[in-house]
Amino acid sequence: MIPYAVSIKYMLVGYTAIFLVMAIYMVSLFVRWRRFKRDLQTFKELENQP
Amino acid sequence: MKTQPKVLTFLTILSVVLFLGALGMVFLFAPIEAVMGYVQKIFYFHISNAWVGMLGFMVAAVSGIFYLVSKDLKWDIVELSAVEISLVFFLIAIVSGSIWAKPTWGTYWTWDARLTTAAILEMIYLAYLLLRQGIEDPERRARFSAVYTLIGVISVPITFLSIHIWQTIHPAVIGVGSSSSQGSFGMTPAMLITMFFCLTTFSVVFITLLWYRIRLGQLAEQVDQLKYKIMQ
Repeated sequence: MIPYAVSIKYMLVGYTAIFLVMAIYMVSLFVRWRRFKRDLQTFKELENQP
Repeated sequence: MKTQPKVLTFLTILSVVLFLGALGMVFLFAPIEAVMGYVQKIFYFHISNAWVGMLGFMVAAVSGIFYLVSKDLKWDIVELSAVEISLVFFLIAIVSGSIWAKPTWGTYWTWDARLTTAAILEMIYLAYLLLRQGIEDPERRARFSAVYTLIGVISVPITFLSIHIWQTIHPAVIGVGSSSSQGSFGMTPAMLITMFFCLTTFSVVFITLLWYRIRLGQLAEQVDQLKYKIMQ
């Protein structure tokens, strides 16, 4: 039987790791989306310049 | 880029609600396992992440077939999106499994059949991302990627079935595992309900993320096309 303190510690570490990796990926999606939107805007402005 | 479809907004809200529900089920509904205690609760998200990871690699292979048949680059975006998301989910499955293994097996990692095949699977698709970057021509890149995912997907059933093929300490969720497995536990009805709820939740989250990632891919393509047009 795994001692209570050890068991709860590893559960917390496990879920922290799960949320951390998920959060990093979500942020990366958001950052890339914003960057491409900004790039698109810039290129559109360049295209419309005489 | 078109405004966000209402279905995607609905899927996003549904994903958040289901995700909170899954957390509630894991921590408030599922019973505490008698031998392993609280750490067994990692199981629900561990298995869901592994499932979604494998699902995505299969979606990528199907997209690869669609690309090879139609030569439509939109399938290349779907394929890349599925691989990228699956890599993240499968990494979570490996990391969470490793953390769960420490108090259960006494080590974070062992070169056991399931763990080794899972690590190889992750590396195969990591190599896919790296190799893609080395090909400039979009048509050639898409053709290469489609063939790669079709070959790479063979590692999915190998990883899934590894616990039935070889002697392994990894416990089996479906069917009877190896006689040398450690960390097995009897699933109560409440544990089963929680597991299926988590599997459903992560499937919905996967579909939602895939849609967002495809939109990101389409936006990137739009930027590339405009850049190319200006530089002409």
